[in-house]
Amino acid sequence: MSGATTVADFVRVEQLWGTAISLRVCDAFDDSAADDVFGWFHHVDDVFSTWRADTEISRLGRGELHLDDASSEVREVLDLCERVRAESGGAFDVRVGADPRVTPREGLGPLDPSGLVKGWALKRAAALLRERGAHNFVINAGGDVVTGGRPARDEPWRVGVQHPSMRDRVAMVLGVTDMGVATSGRNERGDHIVDPRTGLPATDVLAVTVVAADLALADGYATAALVLGHDGPAWLAAHGLAAAVITNDGVVTSTAALDAYRLQ
Amino acid sequence: MARLRRTAPVLIATASGLALLASFHTTPSATLAVGSSPTSAAESALGATTTTTVKRSKTTAAPTTIPVRTVDGPAVPTKFGAVQVRVTLQGARILDVQALQLPSSHPRSTEISQQAAPLLRSEALQAQSARIDVLSGASYTSVGYANSLQAALDSARTA
Repeated sequence: MSGATTVADFVRVEQLWGTAISLRVCDAFDDSAADDVFGWFHHVDDVFSTWRADTEISRLGRGELHLDDASSEVREVLDLCERVRAESGGAFDVRVGADPRVTPREGLGPLDPSGLVKGWALKRAAALLRERGAHNFVINAGGDVVTGGRPARDEPWRVGVQHPSMRDRVAMVLGVTDMGVATSGRNERGDHIVDPRTGLPATDVLAVTVVAADLALADGYATAALVLGHDGPAWLAAHGLAAAVITNDGVVTSTAALDAYRLQ
Repeated sequence: MARLRRTAPVLIATASGLALLASFHTTPSATLAVGSSPTSAAESALGATTTTTVKRSKTTAAPTTIPVRTVDGPAVPTKFGAVQVRVTLQGARILDVQALQLPSSHPRSTEISQQAAPLLRSEALQAQSARIDVLSGASYTSVGYANSLQAALDSARTA
């Protein structure tokens, strides 16, 4: 609740965006900042949800709103999406839902930045926490993670990468401070990521994890690499990204840049 | 399988004039045959126009008929500078990737190019039970969250 309460180890979980968002703060901080963070997440839902007809992104997708009249937030996210589309040779595309080859699915809009917007929203939330004096925190929204500082002196945040088939196991553990970790994969929602180049579900690999200071781009890159499938590892390496790809046959291919974060 | 590493310096002009090293692997007594094989998905993604097929001799070859190939991608402009990689493939499977060209302005890339090391490693998927603070995974639903490691982590801290 809002107020001037200061808390030393704070955890709050809310169901939002069709998933759960967990916030943990290790600093003594004014916990009204947590209200602001979750208020921001609700605002992001109001603007970017493709599950509701009244959001700005849905109105843009239907052509009821022109891009020039869109909010700066929407234009910023779409610019980032365009960057990932260009860098991935079209493996990431916000307009995949408008492709007549693609099987319609609830929640897949004709203009759909869902592959990047969660990471972008978390990155903004991290900035908001820092402005409010919290520097040691972690936020997890449906498997995309942003970290600030450390959980304890000399300790990095230990981020487990979910094992693709065993719910209570991890495939690896990464140690990060002030970094984002994004994972795109097929395990929970099935083959929900579509290859914009073919209009078919991306099924080459099980999951892609990307570590980057900018979680918005990490989120987009993870989605693009999942679509690139067998070509994903080379593409991630070529972009100098710290990343791991888990293939269908149980092989983990990681880039050399990930070594700096590997704990086990 | 035993592999010899042969490192050949390749000078590539970059904006800063930095000379970068490119390394490539070959097998002992490998015979090289240059040809144009059918374009694979990996090649088309990398925009390769020529391929080099490496045929393994019987003394070193695994019992497989799938040829190992190396493919040089095009120099891709990124915001940090041009990037070019050489990929070693067996069928669609990537065995190795090296950088032919990396931007010197990008600290991480510089680090990699200084190492002149292979840019990818492969390992068997492990199922670990490890101490973690937070879990990164493919988007789970609200229902999926309830059964997740992350939910266990959160409840352990709020209890």
